[in-house]
Amino acid sequence: MLVLEDVHVYYGAIHALKGISFQVNQGEIVTLIGSNGAGKSTSLKTISGLLRPKQGKMTFNGEDLGSIPPQNVVAKGISQVPEGRRVFANMTVMENLDMGAFLRKDKSGIKKDVERVFELFPRLKERKSQVAGTLSGGEQQMLAMGRALMSKPQLMLLDEPSMGLAPILVKQIFDIIKEINAQGTTILLVEQNAHMALSVANRAYVLETGKIVLGGEAKELAASEEVRKAYLGG
Amino acid sequence: MGHILQQFSQQAVNGLSLGSIYALIALGYTMVYGIVKLINFAHGDVMMVGAYLGWIATTQLHWSFLPALFFAMVVSAILGMLIERIAYKPLRNASRIAALITAIGVSLFLEYGGMLLVTAQVQTYPPVFPETVYNVAGIMFKYGDVVMLVTSVVLMFLLHFTVQYTKVGKSMRAVSFDKDAALLMGVNVNNTISATFAIGSALAGAAGVLMGVYFNTIDPLMGIIPGLKAFVAAVLGGIGIIPGAMVGGLVLGLTEAFVSGLGASTWRDAVAFLILILVLIIKPTGLFGKNVREKV
Ligand SMILES: Nc1ncnc2c1ncn2[C@@H]1O[C@H](COP(=O)(O)OP(=O)(O)OP(=O)(O)O)[C@@H](O)[C@H]1O
Ligand SMILES: [Mg+2]
Repeated sequence: MLVLEDVHVYYGAIHALKGISFQVNQGEIVTLIGSNGAGKSTSLKTISGLLRPKQGKMTFNGEDLGSIPPQNVVAKGISQVPEGRRVFANMTVMENLDMGAFLRKDKSGIKKDVERVFELFPRLKERKSQVAGTLSGGEQQMLAMGRALMSKPQLMLLDEPSMGLAPILVKQIFDIIKEINAQGTTILLVEQNAHMALSVANRAYVLETGKIVLGGEAKELAASEEVRKAYLGG
Repeated sequence: MGHILQQFSQQAVNGLSLGSIYALIALGYTMVYGIVKLINFAHGDVMMVGAYLGWIATTQLHWSFLPALFFAMVVSAILGMLIERIAYKPLRNASRIAALITAIGVSLFLEYGGMLLVTAQVQTYPPVFPETVYNVAGIMFKYGDVVMLVTSVVLMFLLHFTVQYTKVGKSMRAVSFDKDAALLMGVNVNNTISATFAIGSALAGAAGVLMGVYFNTIDPLMGIIPGLKAFVAAVLGGIGIIPGAMVGGLVLGLTEAFVSGLGASTWRDAVAFLILILVLIIKPTGLFGKNVREKV
């Protein structure tokens, strides 16, 4: 479904992605783990079209992805829950969800999806007229995920959904990620919390300073000596 | 006592009329700042162009007020979009000072280019409105004042509606708040910025026509002082905040009227700036500014 081949990305002179290749197949949960500054967010931003690869190839369902603007990436069926949630703090919960459906015109379909989001996150329903800036961190994460679902994505990119959340909430969020996947959305999950990420993913890749150093079945990686030492605390 | 009250109300009417023009100009400043973080110093000059467009429409084409207003707004909107595309867009990722200097350049270009085109000579606006004066309990309302107030209020209402409820308004709010997040929603940021310049410039064009009607005379440098005052109004209300610009404009207009009413008209600009300084000392983000803290 999503294929990256030898993708290089720069920030000015900084070579942030040094030729990464990986793929995500329909229906999977794939995780990209790595420590601070490895290039995880850079990878997702590049897929979403916020950054341009200088070299390499990116395709989604066989169509080129490397040279189209972000709005066309969304239109093709890829949406992102960015690092740090980035909800529109000055808008209400409902307006944020509307923004998620920005490119859609099917009013009744949008309404249905709002209901679906409220089923996944009942908390959001209670707070639908509340201004997003006043939500708790966990609620903002839920809103960011709900907003991303509103574009009806085939592939959802999640950037560190567990960041700054209490363990119990992290568990809840990951359960919902599994649920979203079960309902038919393919997931590419970026995490520093390797333990949680590997427990929900089918496959995983390990990113280190802009390069993919390992890849395979999530279970196998979780059991491997290297990953346990570096990412699972021994 | 009754006399003082009457004087007071009269100045309030004058202040509201003038203030609503400042508010219209301030809105463009604040919207553009909100979305591209640029103080568009050419904004007052777009207002001047609007004044000339209205003048051409009424004197040369013999149109009445509303078509002239509409014409000025549409052409100003196009001018605003062109300015953005040609002068500011190439500098979007450059330093802020580069964009600011460019804005000053555009301002000078419009002022002196305008002089070449229409000469530096002062032009007189035709009497667009009947000279009717309404006397309500001793307070004089000129027909023109009423039309001006109504026009401003209608335009501000339209703007509010656009920003709150339409797709383009929602994109404007989203891009102002977080450009990258807006991109991830599928918002076309370039078009949104163009639309913002168009709307802000249309309001400035309308303000120009009202300015011509209010003061009767127009010239190519007429945009400088009102532009500066509208900028003060925008900062006063909290730059980037739309209701702030409306209130800032009205506060400024009322202040000027009252200071003039007290017989100290030479002081009115000083007082306006004094208020600005005081507000900024007490509340640096302006009257409507909030210090939004983001939750992590
Ligand atoms: N806007 C930028 N300008 C310059 N360098 C950047 C920029 N953003 C990221 N980088 C650099 O690119 C590299 C990868 O950053 P990235 O944000 O992708 O890391 P990450 O894996 O998401 O880290 P984290 O887990 O801390 O979020 C880092 O070395 C970072 O310093
Ligand atoms: Mg990151």
